[in-house]
Amino acid sequence: MTNVDIVNLSRRGFLKGVFSTGALVLGVRLLPGSAWAADQLPLAGATVDSTVFHPGLFLGINPDGTVIIVAHRSEMGTGIRTSLPRVVADELDADWSRVRIQQAIGDPRYGEQNTDGSRSVRYFFDTMREAGATGRMMLIAAAAKRWKVSPEQCTTTLHAVVHSATGRKLGYGQLASAAAKMPVPNKDALKFKSSSQWRYIGKKFVSYDLAGICTGKPLYGGDVKVDGMVYASVEHPPVLGGKVKSHEDRDALKVRGVHKTVLIPPFKPPYAFQALGGVAVIANSTWAAFEGRKKLKVAWDDGPNASYNSPAYRKELEETARRPGRVVRSEGDVEAVFSKGGRIIEAGYYAPHLAHAATEPPVAVAHYHNGKVTAWAPVQNPQAVQEAVAGELGIKKEDVICHVTMLGCAFGRKSKPDFVVEAALLSKALGRPVKVAWTREDDIKFDYYHAVAAMYLKAAVGQDGMPAAWLQRSVFPSLMATFNPNQDYGSSLELSMGWNDIPFAVPNLQIENGRAIAHVRIGWLRSVANVYHAFAVQSFVDELAHAAGRDPVDYQLALNGPARILNLGIKDYWNYGSPYSKYPIETGRLNRVLEMCANQAGWGKRKSGNGWGMGIAVHRSFTAYVATAVQVEVDHKGKVTIARADTVVDAGLVVSPEMVVQQFEGAAGFAAGIARTGEITATNGRIDQSNFNDYEVARFADAPYETRVTIVPSDAPPCGVGEPGVPPFIPAFYNAIFAATGKRLRELPLSKHNLAA
Amino acid sequence: MIQLRVNGVKRTFRGDPKMPLLWYLRDALDLTGTKYGCGAALCGACTVLQNDEAVRACVTPMSALNGARITTIEGLGRHGLHPVQRAWMRINVPQCGYCQAGQIMQAVALLKSKPKPSDEDIEHAMSGNICRCATYPRIRAAIKAAAGESV
Ligand code: FES
Ligand code: FES
Repeated sequence: MTNVDIVNLSRRGFLKGVFSTGALVLGVRLLPGSAWAADQLPLAGATVDSTVFHPGLFLGINPDGTVIIVAHRSEMGTGIRTSLPRVVADELDADWSRVRIQQAIGDPRYGEQNTDGSRSVRYFFDTMREAGATGRMMLIAAAAKRWKVSPEQCTTTLHAVVHSATGRKLGYGQLASAAAKMPVPNKDALKFKSSSQWRYIGKKFVSYDLAGICTGKPLYGGDVKVDGMVYASVEHPPVLGGKVKSHEDRDALKVRGVHKTVLIPPFKPPYAFQALGGVAVIANSTWAAFEGRKKLKVAWDDGPNASYNSPAYRKELEETARRPGRVVRSEGDVEAVFSKGGRIIEAGYYAPHLAHAATEPPVAVAHYHNGKVTAWAPVQNPQAVQEAVAGELGIKKEDVICHVTMLGCAFGRKSKPDFVVEAALLSKALGRPVKVAWTREDDIKFDYYHAVAAMYLKAAVGQDGMPAAWLQRSVFPSLMATFNPNQDYGSSLELSMGWNDIPFAVPNLQIENGRAIAHVRIGWLRSVANVYHAFAVQSFVDELAHAAGRDPVDYQLALNGPARILNLGIKDYWNYGSPYSKYPIETGRLNRVLEMCANQAGWGKRKSGNGWGMGIAVHRSFTAYVATAVQVEVDHKGKVTIARADTVVDAGLVVSPEMVVQQFEGAAGFAAGIARTGEITATNGRIDQSNFNDYEVARFADAPYETRVTIVPSDAPPCGVGEPGVPPFIPAFYNAIFAATGKRLRELPLSKHNLAA
Repeated sequence: MIQLRVNGVKRTFRGDPKMPLLWYLRDALDLTGTKYGCGAALCGACTVLQNDEAVRACVTPMSALNGARITTIEGLGRHGLHPVQRAWMRINVPQCGYCQAGQIMQAVALLKSKPKPSDEDIEHAMSGNICRCATYPRIRAAIKAAAGESV
């Protein structure tokens, strides 16, 4: 079943007719309206607790037995729009073949909707179970009342309530209207299935949208078409913060299909999710808008960011990394150890900017009408769309309805809805619905870039090669500069990503961060600061192991130390938004995945060298523990093939093993692309890259030929899975290249190096 | 005036002959299964069949298509799912899905010319189709599964 209704939308009514009369909708009054929630309830306070259960918002049952479950998280390929509803369906004891999924609009009453940070299951597993269990108890209560028995004598089988003593049975559809009249049970009265009773959780299943994807159904942002819609393409200022000095559109207007041009004013700092400004070309087709743009002549006032040049900036970062910085964690006294002399090992690492380059470039449709905006867009956070559009247009947040389509990848780019703001601004200017489509060049040149970073690490090692003192410093422009122009050090969020939380048992430890100013929009990209932090730390561990003449796996196990729960002593440790008491750092879990991974990959069975090598790395991020071993072949021309990757992941309880395996397979290929060719640079404030010819991403033969993923069985609380596969892959890959060639590379990407023999 | 067949339906195009097929399919015919990814024949998201060959719709001008027979993802399964689509579902290839129409069309063309492709054939044929979700190993497995099925 697919989501065609997202496209054939009468502007606000695509949920109309979802429910027939007599449906059980937990809180039936909420439902058969235009926007699931927005039109039916007076908006409560501006914000809602992130995981509170709101009966009625997630679940309904029609008298024909159809169960409708709301997916309030965005689907960008993780399968979340299937897996969270599967949790509801499981607790409800619903027949999955009779479930329909309804994508939520942006509305704070759903709780947190920012599908980002690998947290959907972490945050909402319990909530979804509560939603299902509530429905199940109300259905049981309705059946018990009809049979005049006590609810305790009743139970459920698939999609039906049964009276155990007599074998009487009533289907959910038959009970829907009666159940709708039952009181909603209190949260603490809810009865849950035991994990052994789960039908769906932890079992193999595939995406609700699989058939729709394979048959080309209109599911994505660009597939939306609204009556009277025009198409827009925007020429942005090439330097962040630049302004239009003058523009000439005579030739653009001559292009067949072009209607007019519209000036979009520049943003006011902080840029956050505002439109970049520039000149929009309005036309009757996407192509005409693109063609018209080619004929525009715009003179720009670049502003101060025109001074941004990557080689000079790199030098600055690397120099800062060699100077004392702001201390973010300190144990013992590293300087005292260093000053004693002995064996000191130090290294600097460098990782450039990256662009997200989601397969589907930014695109949005918006219609401004009577002071309200309706938008359709592939966004990770529809509530951010409400806020950003409302702020820009000076209207109320609840007057922005944001329909969420499926996302052709996202990686963090689509949690930043500047492109939806553009569409809304243009629709207001034109008085009709507008589709804004970014070209790939726009996407690459006007991203919220993953930060460039320089890291410096230094260790004093003893006779056994183990560090007695460890110092590390990272320097990168912070993504918080997006929201605060004065942000000139790393935020606690970034420093908590594989930097101030390293798990090593070293008596003297100092972790620092240096100052850096952002000159482009900095954003978060799949696994964020873990990318460069894990690259540096896990490369350095490999270097120390080799310097000690020890096996890297044994060395790392010893470095991680005995199984224990780390007490970081860092007040603002972010822990990926989860409470530390529930998700502490456990070195036992870290070492277990490392050992399992080494085992699975056949670590040590084949001797590295002569163009073949295996490397390994282990890293905790988004509360999950992941080890990856990579096997490479390097030919005499320096061409690197990844024959195989092995990944072992402990992500606590896993709702969808199949989708988790897919996430780690995908993360390996994604990370291989970053490591091989990922590099964005700027010259005079302008981004040098433009499309997949000069910003290359992993193609078929660049990814591992094979990725074997093992999930550690666990009933610990569920962890993030969308991102944690990326960080360990990159150092494991580079460590493998060292094993194969003896060349230690300390800079990303691989395309900067010549490995020819 | 350009006359062509799209998914078996006769069509007449009277617009700008320089317009690429991609935008005719998406904006005029509402056949949105064919995707935009780069506009420059670099990613394969827009792959369709022209007669039996895979072409990049984003760089194929309408002027080149008089008399052409175009098949898009929507037309592939007109008479029930194509074996490649079935294999894609069995192997569970897609993640976000955005590139998959292009991947499937490319694979269909490959199997038409080489019913039993080797690893090298597959790598060569699929090298122009980017999947940012990196579903590549499953794409290989699905192509092999489809090749097996069509024996
Ligand atoms: S859109 Fe045609 S190849 Fe990328
Ligand atoms: S499945 Fe997402 S880009 Fe291929």
